Amino acid sequence: MRYTAEVVVSLKAVVNDPQGLTVRAGLRQLGFAEVSEVRVGKHISLEVDGESEQSVRQRVAEMCEKLLRNPVIEDYRIELRASHPA
Amino acid sequence: MRFGIAVFPGTWSDGDCARAVEVLGHQAVRLWHRDRDLQGSDCVILPGGFAYGDHLRTGAVARFAPLMESVQEFAAAGGLVLGICNGFQILCEAHLLPGALTRNASLEFRCETSWLRAETVETPFTRRCERGGVLAVPVSHGEGRFVADPSTLDRLEAEHRVAFRYVAPDGSPVGDGSPNGSMRDIAGIVSEGRNVLGMMPHPERAAEPILGSADGMRIFGSVVDAVASRTAFAMER
Repeated sequence: MRYTAEVVVSLKAVVNDPQGLTVRAGLRQLGFAEVSEVRVGKHISLEVDGESEQSVRQRVAEMCEKLLRNPVIEDYRIELRASHPA
Repeated sequence: MRFGIAVFPGTWSDGDCARAVEVLGHQAVRLWHRDRDLQGSDCVILPGGFAYGDHLRTGAVARFAPLMESVQEFAAAGGLVLGICNGFQILCEAHLLPGALTRNASLEFRCETSWLRAETVETPFTRRCERGGVLAVPVSHGEGRFVADPSTLDRLEAEHRVAFRYVAPDGSPVGDGSPNGSMRDIAGIVSEGRNVLGMMPHPERAAEPILGSADGMRIFGSVVDAVASRTAFAMER
C-alpha cells in the first residue's frame, strides 16, 4: 500500500516566531484586523509504502524524531491517507 | 599541534580557520565529511558555511555525516571541538550542545562586527581571555538566535557554561543591539565537560590586525595552551 503523509512542523508555542509576527503585521496592514496570531511552519509531503496505516504512521513518526523536526524547538503532526495513483 | 578542520559540501570558512591556525605556527589539516579519520587532530574545528546547503534546518543533515560519528566519539573522550557559526548549529543538532539556533529576530542576515564579553576563562577556549573582557569578533549569519528552555538556560548560567555574551562595545548590556536576539544575549556556550565550544561569531575573521581585529586569536591561542598543558600533564604521569 502507498500512503501520502503530510507532516506539519511548527515552532513550539514558547519559541518566538519572528516570521509569524511579520506576517501578522502584514495582514493587519492589509486590513485583516481580526488576525490575533500567526505561526509560520513547514509542510513536508511524503509518499510512503507500508503494510498498514498504523505501521506507516509509526515509521513517519520515527522520521520526524530523527530528522524532520528539531525536538528542542519544534512540534510536528502527521496526517495520513491512502495514496491514489494519478 | 594539529587542528583538524571539517569540510562539508557548502563549508566555506575552512580556509580562514586554517589561516588562523597557521598564523599561530600550527598545522591545519582538512577532514572530509565522508571520512572518519580525524588524522590525529588535537582539536577539531567545525567551520562556518552552509553544510549540505542547510536544507531542512541548519546543521540537520550534516550531523549525520560519517565524520560526525568520529567527532562524537572524540568529544565523548574529552577531545576539543570548536564549532563556529554553522559548526555551532551542527553541534546543537548533534546534541553535543544544548539549545538550538533559529532565525534572527530581525529576519535579516547580519554581517557585522559584534562585541563579545568573555564570561568565563575556565574553558580550554577562553583561558587567554580576561573574565569580563570585550572581544571584537564579526558575525555573519541569518540563523543565530540561540534558544533553549528556561531550565536549560538557568543550568548553563549556574554551571558557568556561557562562554560569550553579546554586549555593547563598552561591555554594557547589548539591549536592542543584539545581532540576532539570542536568549540572554548568548553568543557561545560550552558542553558539560567544557571540551566543546559552539559560538556564532567568527574568531578566524578576527585573526590578524589587518582584518580590523586580532581578538579571535585569543580563542585559537587558548586551545594551543590547553593542548600543551594537557600534553605536559600526560607526560608527568
